[in-house]
Amino acid sequence: MIGLSHYLIVSAIIFSIGLVGVLRRRNLLMLFFATEVMLNAVNIAFAAISHYYNDLTGQMFAFFIIAIAASEVAVGLGILIVLYKKYGSLDLDDLASMRG
Amino acid sequence: METLVYIALFAPFVGSLFAALFGMSPRAIFVGVVASLLLATSFIASLLLAINLYVTGEVVHVTMMDWINAGDFNVAFGFVVDQISVSMMLVVTLVSTIVHIYAIGYMDHDKSFNRFFSYLSAFVFSMLVLVMSDNFLGLFIGWEGVGVCSWLLVGFWYHKPDQAREDNPSISPSWAANEAFIMNRIADLGMLVGIFILYWNTGSLQYDEVFAQLPYLGEGVLIGAAIALFIGAMGKSAQFPLHTWLTDAMEGPTPVSALIHAATMVTAGVFLVIRANPLYSMEEVAGVSFFIASLGTFVAFYAASMALVERDLKRIIAYSTLSQLGYMFAAAGLGAYWIALFHLAAHAFFKALLFLGGGNVMHAMHDELDLFKMGALRKKMRGTWIYMTVASIALAGLPPLAGFWSKDAIIETAFNEHTYILWIMLVITAGMTAFYSFRQVFLSFHGEDRHTALGFHPHEMYKFVLVAMSPLAVLAVITGWFMGTYKAFIYQIGESVQYEMSDHTHHLATYLGLIVIFFAVSGIAYAYYKYARTGENAWKRSEKVENGVLYKLLINQYYVPKIYEEVITKPYAMLSEKFWTHVDLKIVDATVDNIAKFFYASGDNVRGMQTGNLSNYLNWMAVGGVILLIVAALSAAFV
Repeated sequence: MIGLSHYLIVSAIIFSIGLVGVLRRRNLLMLFFATEVMLNAVNIAFAAISHYYNDLTGQMFAFFIIAIAASEVAVGLGILIVLYKKYGSLDLDDLASMRG
Repeated sequence: METLVYIALFAPFVGSLFAALFGMSPRAIFVGVVASLLLATSFIASLLLAINLYVTGEVVHVTMMDWINAGDFNVAFGFVVDQISVSMMLVVTLVSTIVHIYAIGYMDHDKSFNRFFSYLSAFVFSMLVLVMSDNFLGLFIGWEGVGVCSWLLVGFWYHKPDQAREDNPSISPSWAANEAFIMNRIADLGMLVGIFILYWNTGSLQYDEVFAQLPYLGEGVLIGAAIALFIGAMGKSAQFPLHTWLTDAMEGPTPVSALIHAATMVTAGVFLVIRANPLYSMEEVAGVSFFIASLGTFVAFYAASMALVERDLKRIIAYSTLSQLGYMFAAAGLGAYWIALFHLAAHAFFKALLFLGGGNVMHAMHDELDLFKMGALRKKMRGTWIYMTVASIALAGLPPLAGFWSKDAIIETAFNEHTYILWIMLVITAGMTAFYSFRQVFLSFHGEDRHTALGFHPHEMYKFVLVAMSPLAVLAVITGWFMGTYKAFIYQIGESVQYEMSDHTHHLATYLGLIVIFFAVSGIAYAYYKYARTGENAWKRSEKVENGVLYKLLINQYYVPKIYEEVITKPYAMLSEKFWTHVDLKIVDATVDNIAKFFYASGDNVRGMQTGNLSNYLNWMAVGGVILLIVAALSAAFV
């Protein structure tokens, strides 16, 4: 029987994959993908817990997150295009201009 | 009547504020005139109050407003005009009015003319608060107020540089001002303790309430309060061993010396003892009272002895003030409060006159105070000469001038109380007083003309100044004649201040008086023989005497200032230096510095995080998130 904990474990694994992506990747586009992975890991956890408690609020939240993630990607990609046009690269190591 | 009380009290305050408005502007005569007029107003109000009190015998008691209301502790700004305070008010306002007018002439060339009047009027206001308050706390406020004004005025010429003690015993005005202030602070602690003791045990600070409860207090409490209050009085009235500041305070302008350090402020200690007479006349504190009398007698003698050899005109007068304060304490300690108060008033008049006359001489001699550089000034300064002579006769205590009556009464009191040692010392001191006061008159006004050769061209003071001084001269002559009236006046208060000589003393009074007169006259005669004659060797100082031990002892003030410097000031300075380098710099400052250094260094070290690389930032963010998780997990596990 697949229970809540299985869902949460899956969610945690996906979240960790996303986190590693955020930490290790140098390409901004990849960072965006990794962030999306983490958001979806959270969505899984929300949906599972909401089902477990028989409370629809969690699933509602998951929808919100999907919507906001979509708009965020739209804005973010726009910025990425501008950045690429300006610097010719999306590598974070090339973009470090704020060194203290 | 209430209005008169407020006018008497606040007119000087208004004058002070008015003068303060012009404190930074150049000299303006009208500032002095307005301040003097307001003082005169205050004097007239005091006079009316005194007359009313004399005629009706009704004590005026006003409460202006609540001052402190904290739990059970209530103090009001209350003022009382009874026989004791009105005597003081009359003396203070009269002398200060004259001194204000005098100062218009004396401070003529001073660029801080306006500031001077502001301070002087503020002093009078504080002094009036001191004498008129109906509770110990108000008295204390006035007490501190006069202390501050004294500090401001002694250090009025603060720009003068420090000199070596050998050249100038009082070093510099600012040094003298600080000495006076600090020494008074020591005594004020005693006074505060006394007030605390009384409040703790009676639950009130009002004079009448405190005194009403005195019979129910224990012996220890009474003695403690009496001693502590007297320590306060010792500081303000410059009694041994807190006396050195008074002679050094002569660094201030002469009107200040006349008003504050002769006529009014220094008598505040005597006033306190008289005000607290129900306490000091208790059986239980007889020992303390006798100590006061003994100390007073000692100081009278001690100060007079130093005056015998002093060469500085103002310092001689300062010593004589010290000596006369000793007389007042002797009378107060022996229970003759009204005699002490009477001597206080008489002394204020002739001593202020003496000081103002001395100021004239100083003005004429361009601030030269060495008596041996003067001589034969009477030809050029006739008016001042007359005033100084009158004041000196009064001080020496020859009838019928004021000093005779009041001082003779004190000496008689000592005889009456069978304290013959005190009596003998007071009589001898009377002779010494006559000698040194006439030594000063003869050296400056009579004898050989020594100043012309030294390039001095003295000139008499302005006319209006001399006219302004005349009331003091008149009072120095006639005050004594009203002793009986004054006695009747002060007896209205009640039994506590009444003091009568026994029949035995009464019979001998004439002889006792004659003894005093004999001593005084021989003192004057000896001074005349030594200093007034003209001729080659008439006034020459003898090397032999000046190298003698006694002379050295006296001219160096028994080495007391020296001892204070070696035993207290220098070790204290050394200790302060040690504390500064070892405690302050190494502990206090170091702590503060190290806190700053820690943040500086930590900032410097973690600056490396700021690479500008977003990826690194995200890594650090993750590290932070992990740490937070660990903390949350730990706190969940352990709490």
